[in-house]
Amino acid sequence: MSFVKSVLAHSPVLLIIAIFAGVPPFFTNMYHLQVLVFIGIYAILALSLNLLNGYVGLLSIGHAAFYAIGAYASAKLSIELGLPWVLALAGAGAVSGLFGYLIAKPTLRLSGIYLTLVTLGFNMILFLVLQNWMSFTNGPLGIMDIPPPSLFGCVVSSRLQYYYLILALVLATVFSMHRLMTCRFGRALTAIRENELAAEATGVNTTRYKVQAFVLSAFYAGIAGSFYAHFVKYISPDSFTINESFILLAMLAFGGQGNLIGPVVGAAALILIPEIFRPLQEYRMFVYGGVLIVMMLVRRQGLLGGRSFRLRLTRFDPAPAGVYARGDKFLPEG
Amino acid sequence: MALLRIAEVTKEFGGLKALREVSMHLDEGEIVSLIGPNGAGKTTLFNCITGTMPPNRGSVRFLDEEIVGLPPHEVARRGISRTFQHIRVFGQMSVLENVMVGRDFKGRTGIFSALLRPPRVGLEEADNRKHCVEVMSLFGERLLPRLNQPARELSYANRRRVEIARALASGPKLILLDEPTAGMNPHETQQVVDLIRLIRDRGHSVLVIEHKMKVVMTVSDRIVVLDHGEKIAEGPPGAIATDPTVIHAYMGGRRRAQAD
Repeated sequence: MSFVKSVLAHSPVLLIIAIFAGVPPFFTNMYHLQVLVFIGIYAILALSLNLLNGYVGLLSIGHAAFYAIGAYASAKLSIELGLPWVLALAGAGAVSGLFGYLIAKPTLRLSGIYLTLVTLGFNMILFLVLQNWMSFTNGPLGIMDIPPPSLFGCVVSSRLQYYYLILALVLATVFSMHRLMTCRFGRALTAIRENELAAEATGVNTTRYKVQAFVLSAFYAGIAGSFYAHFVKYISPDSFTINESFILLAMLAFGGQGNLIGPVVGAAALILIPEIFRPLQEYRMFVYGGVLIVMMLVRRQGLLGGRSFRLRLTRFDPAPAGVYARGDKFLPEG
Repeated sequence: MALLRIAEVTKEFGGLKALREVSMHLDEGEIVSLIGPNGAGKTTLFNCITGTMPPNRGSVRFLDEEIVGLPPHEVARRGISRTFQHIRVFGQMSVLENVMVGRDFKGRTGIFSALLRPPRVGLEEADNRKHCVEVMSLFGERLLPRLNQPARELSYANRRRVEIARALASGPKLILLDEPTAGMNPHETQQVVDLIRLIRDRGHSVLVIEHKMKVVMTVSDRIVVLDHGEKIAEGPPGAIATDPTVIHAYMGGRRRAQAD
């Protein structure tokens, strides 16, 4: 029992995971599970955007482009090449990451608003390409009959299975990002956000790190896109408009950025609000907008923005910085 | 052999010549002060050395290698680190993290090792932390009790200390301090003077921009005076204090200078 206690004391995250893993099987309404799955997809997207906007401080407002690339790449890989789902997923991430590299490499010379405009333009161009490249993307008709994911021969079919799949992907995203951010790599990204000139002068190769962050961010978005394609089984350019990018930005604005919890909370809130207020029909978007405005008035940094959470993943976190007793000699760790 | 040798460095901003053919050198283990009235080009010279703003003409040789044209992070890797006139700490990061960034370029942890966490990563982090804590112990009780506080919450003087600690963390051969005592009271200023000597004794050479003459006169081995982008004098503190050109630049032609 004391073991369980110590685990919980060290990691409230485990408790949250347990709730998310344990409760949904009791949901009888498929629609609720469906909403949860979408929250998962958007959580990954918001986290990936958070990597750029929250950690490195590069404002990207065309993030749906990478989401789209992931979805189309995954659909194409599994339909045309018949790749199993896992490979299609990895491929989608890789293709999306590649595009991230191609965009980042030449444009990171730009800074501030100019970079932002490039990401916006990329999103618009990509949308038009998807819309008009009939032979490859089937244009506005979209791609249908995307096979469901299968793992070790088991085909994922029920909503609940999809839910567990996306839960695993979200957790993988959070854990991997946590690992990235709690070492040299994460420090470099944060330093760039805090003061680029000082970061450069202290030996941080800012361009290189920004490109890496862009690629990683695109990779995660591609993973989300791939899951979306195999979940909905139909993709069309309409799912990847600028509007989608702005929703992601709103999620970061609502939940707060610069940590790994805020974007997830933001994604959950902004998916739930329109669903909860569905009875209001088209007026529900008033609630949506109103909530955002109130948030900006009351808490500009978002619900959980402007602070860093220790996820307390004990085994991976760096040891506490040492014991310091005032008036005493400094005692190094241990 | 000089550690740093600057030869005929010229920097122009449009029509304005911020630096005109400035030459100077700095030997290993020296403390050299760079002084001059406001707008003399002192910070510009720092920027030319560190690659933040490369000079239009001239050469900067460090350890007998040309460093003009290298990006700032590369200059830092070669062993020149600096602080800024206007404090540039990483506000939201903790004090310890701030200083660790200063040493991070020595590490090798990239994306994949960060994800897979081979034992090397943990050792690297621990080693980095140990070094940084050791560097911060130079500041006595100022930084050590605040290791996990966000840097933006620190007092002005402590933020300066964080910046100096960050610059020292990588064990640079040469450290450039841009007005380290700005905004400090006499007591804190004296601590900085002691610190600069301590830094030198630890094997770093120091080039410091300073306005407080008392500091300059006590701490420097040699003083270089800039005025309107030109080097007008160079020499030991005693000689500079009585140099007529320097007095002219500072006092506008009066015969008497006050060293303090």
